[in-house]
Amino acid sequence: MIAVRVQPEVFDAVAEIAALTAGRRDVGAVVSFTGIVRADDGLTALTLEHYPAMTGRVIAKVAAQAEARWPVTGGIVVHRVGRLLPGDAIVLVAVASPHRTAAFQAAEFLIDWLKTKAPFWKHEEVGGKTRWVAAKESDDGAAARWS
Amino acid sequence: MIELVYFAWVRERIGVDGEVLPLPPEVATVAALLDWLSARSPGHAAALADRGAIRVAVGQEFATLNAPVSDGVEVAIFPPVTGG
Repeated sequence: MIAVRVQPEVFDAVAEIAALTAGRRDVGAVVSFTGIVRADDGLTALTLEHYPAMTGRVIAKVAAQAEARWPVTGGIVVHRVGRLLPGDAIVLVAVASPHRTAAFQAAEFLIDWLKTKAPFWKHEEVGGKTRWVAAKESDDGAAARWS
Repeated sequence: MIELVYFAWVRERIGVDGEVLPLPPEVATVAALLDWLSARSPGHAAALADRGAIRVAVGQEFATLNAPVSDGVEVAIFPPVTGG
């Protein structure tokens, strides 16, 4: 079961990963991805808005697809919302599986689809001005390779 | 009545984060809804001018322009998503 959380609070990636193997003997691999706010082009802050009624169900649907496709023993997706600073962790995806290939692929599948489907919007503060981040075609391409 | 919710620059341009409106009977699809909303104010028109940059969810599910809309449903209008 891949759990999904959306929260303003900082997450503890080490504790989240440890929870995926606690008390189990069938996990052979855990792959995790942590997305971090970069200070590109003078970015000073990033504020994430989302559609609460939809976000959790979209990520849960992507998670169910990952579970149907790979032998996943557990997983976690944590996405932060609100105002974040360069260096702050923004998203965690971790997948546990008996085998590394499945864990790598399921984790990558999750982050690729999350980026193109989950209703989050990034608002950047750059040099005293603010702007909405435009969607990237390369993200659509990354997700499409799993189809 | 139709419940509309707006996000990101769609919300900023329209000036409210949502509104509940009586749905005219002839507005039966997402495309017709966007046309009808565009005529409501200059802010609505500015928000919805570039249809290629507009995404819509009906009942919290992504919907295409020809998807049906009806009374009582929640329709969200927003730019392409940028999470992760």
